[in-house]
Amino acid sequence: MIFGISPQALMSQLLVGLINGSFYAMLSLGLAIIFGLLNIVNFAHGALYTLGAFVAWFLLEYAGIGYWGALLLSPLVVGLVGALIERTMLKRLHGLDPLYGLLLTFGLALIIQGLFLNAYGSSGLPYSIPEALSGGRDLGFMFLPNYRAWVIVFSVAICIATWYVTERTRLGSYLRAATENPILVQAFGVNVPWMITITYAIGVALAALAGVMAAPIYRVSPLMGSEMIIVVFAVVVIGGMGSIMGSIVTGFALGVIEGLTKVFYPEASNVVVFVIMALVLMVKSSGLFGKAA
Amino acid sequence: MSDAKSTAQAVVTARELNWRQGIPIAIMVVAFAVAPLFVYPVFLMKALCFALFACAFNLLIGYVGLLSFGHAMFFGSAAYAAAYTAKVYGFPPELAILTGTAIAAILGALVGALAIRRQGIYFAMITLALAQMVYFICLRSEFTGGENGIQAVPRGRLFFVLDLNNTMVLYYSVLGIFLLGFLLIRRIVHSPFGQVLKAIRENEPRAVSLGYKPNQYKLIVFVLSAALSGLAGGTKAIVFQLASLTDVHWNTSGEVILMTLLGGLGTILGPVVGALMVTGLENYLAQFGAWVTVVEGTIFVICVLTFRRGLIGELSRLLKRPL
Repeated sequence: MIFGISPQALMSQLLVGLINGSFYAMLSLGLAIIFGLLNIVNFAHGALYTLGAFVAWFLLEYAGIGYWGALLLSPLVVGLVGALIERTMLKRLHGLDPLYGLLLTFGLALIIQGLFLNAYGSSGLPYSIPEALSGGRDLGFMFLPNYRAWVIVFSVAICIATWYVTERTRLGSYLRAATENPILVQAFGVNVPWMITITYAIGVALAALAGVMAAPIYRVSPLMGSEMIIVVFAVVVIGGMGSIMGSIVTGFALGVIEGLTKVFYPEASNVVVFVIMALVLMVKSSGLFGKAA
Repeated sequence: MSDAKSTAQAVVTARELNWRQGIPIAIMVVAFAVAPLFVYPVFLMKALCFALFACAFNLLIGYVGLLSFGHAMFFGSAAYAAAYTAKVYGFPPELAILTGTAIAAILGALVGALAIRRQGIYFAMITLALAQMVYFICLRSEFTGGENGIQAVPRGRLFFVLDLNNTMVLYYSVLGIFLLGFLLIRRIVHSPFGQVLKAIRENEPRAVSLGYKPNQYKLIVFVLSAALSGLAGGTKAIVFQLASLTDVHWNTSGEVILMTLLGGLGTILGPVVGALMVTGLENYLAQFGAWVTVVEGTIFVICVLTFRRGLIGELSRLLKRPL
């Protein structure tokens, strides 16, 4: 017993925290990549995370395609939807105040959420854990469900892969260069408009991937994204959107802190991220990993 | 000599401008005064409360360029404060509404001091996150009544004489409060203080170089905007005898943005027109469930893509006069 709390309770909340943290990390990562190139804060990110979960559910319900297929297909579908959104709408906001991008994507989020609410109500639909990952193992000090272990390992892998691609490959160097100076990169013969479309598609595909992974843990619900996106915004303010690794670390750290708060002071668990955001703003207003803005 | 002449000319033009803008405002006042003869007064009162809320919000986005995504926290906390003091302490309506306004102003000072440390989209995200925190606090607190909210708030007598249980008395009292707030906002916008705000919006570094401290101005206008949103929220709680979680939810923050955007950011009359339209739309679509959200989202998208100036903004451009 530590401070009157059993190690089992502590470990299980730590696990929940890590799971939430992996979703925060994947979503804030996508937001940071999109913001870097498009200079837009994608308010629709939460709605597209919801869409990812729903596509997984549709695939199972109407095409009999299970979790593993959905893990590949759902980000692909949502990525295409994202490319369409970028090509038809966001492109036309180029050069305007970034606030218009926020307002437009907020509108898109309302549309997506409203359509799903009309069709499926707010209670949510069940999505079962894939057979290969059902059950769990006893680690002696706690019981670890296999699916949850998989979510953490897989999301860490995705985050590191994204970091590697943007920071260590030629493609990533184009991306970083276009973030700094798109006109110059275009002058070197890189098709920047397409790069922007693809970046947006990849960013929202990451959100959809998180949605598919979240589906068996939470129910597939139209409202799952809207509460998530507000916390992720706070995460982004805390970490600053300047650094990929910063987003990943901040996402996981805040998930864990939130989990621990559930053990020690459950009343504050919903607000702890916002309190930390306020504290960070007081001490270092550009965010922990951010450049001054 | 010529300097004095041009100054005199400038004064005349400013007066003339004021006068030209006065006509549409006079039309609005007359329209609201006779409206209850033709339209359901309860609907009008809802529209008036939201119109004041949107005008207060517009003070921030339209004249300083700061987009707050959490204005429901001021509207909602004032609604709770007014409802609680009226119901539990038996405050008369004017005192209850003022208490709400004061609470919103204090909250505005706290939130503003944090949020103005960042600009642009970060400002929007910070206000949204802090508003979500206020939402969770209201959800958990004893005094807000949780999911039920504070119901059956007594309306009482305004200034001990006007019985607010009479719908017409209530309507004209609400219209009075709205006009008070509306004219105050207009006064602020046209004051030297308002000119500095516009200077900060247009070019902050230049305002700094002229010796102004933008953060002080931003904080003051943030508190003013919060307080006036609180005035709207407190009034709404007395009129509908209810303060609930809807008032502090991010949906309400989104709605006030939609009203202002649809009517026209940075126009005096735009938020009023936007509030009337969105409230009317909600009234009409209330029976169709979540389709309200879909329609509102669509209006957002259409506004941003096709007429960013808003209805009144476009009209003002056509008529070549400020509205």
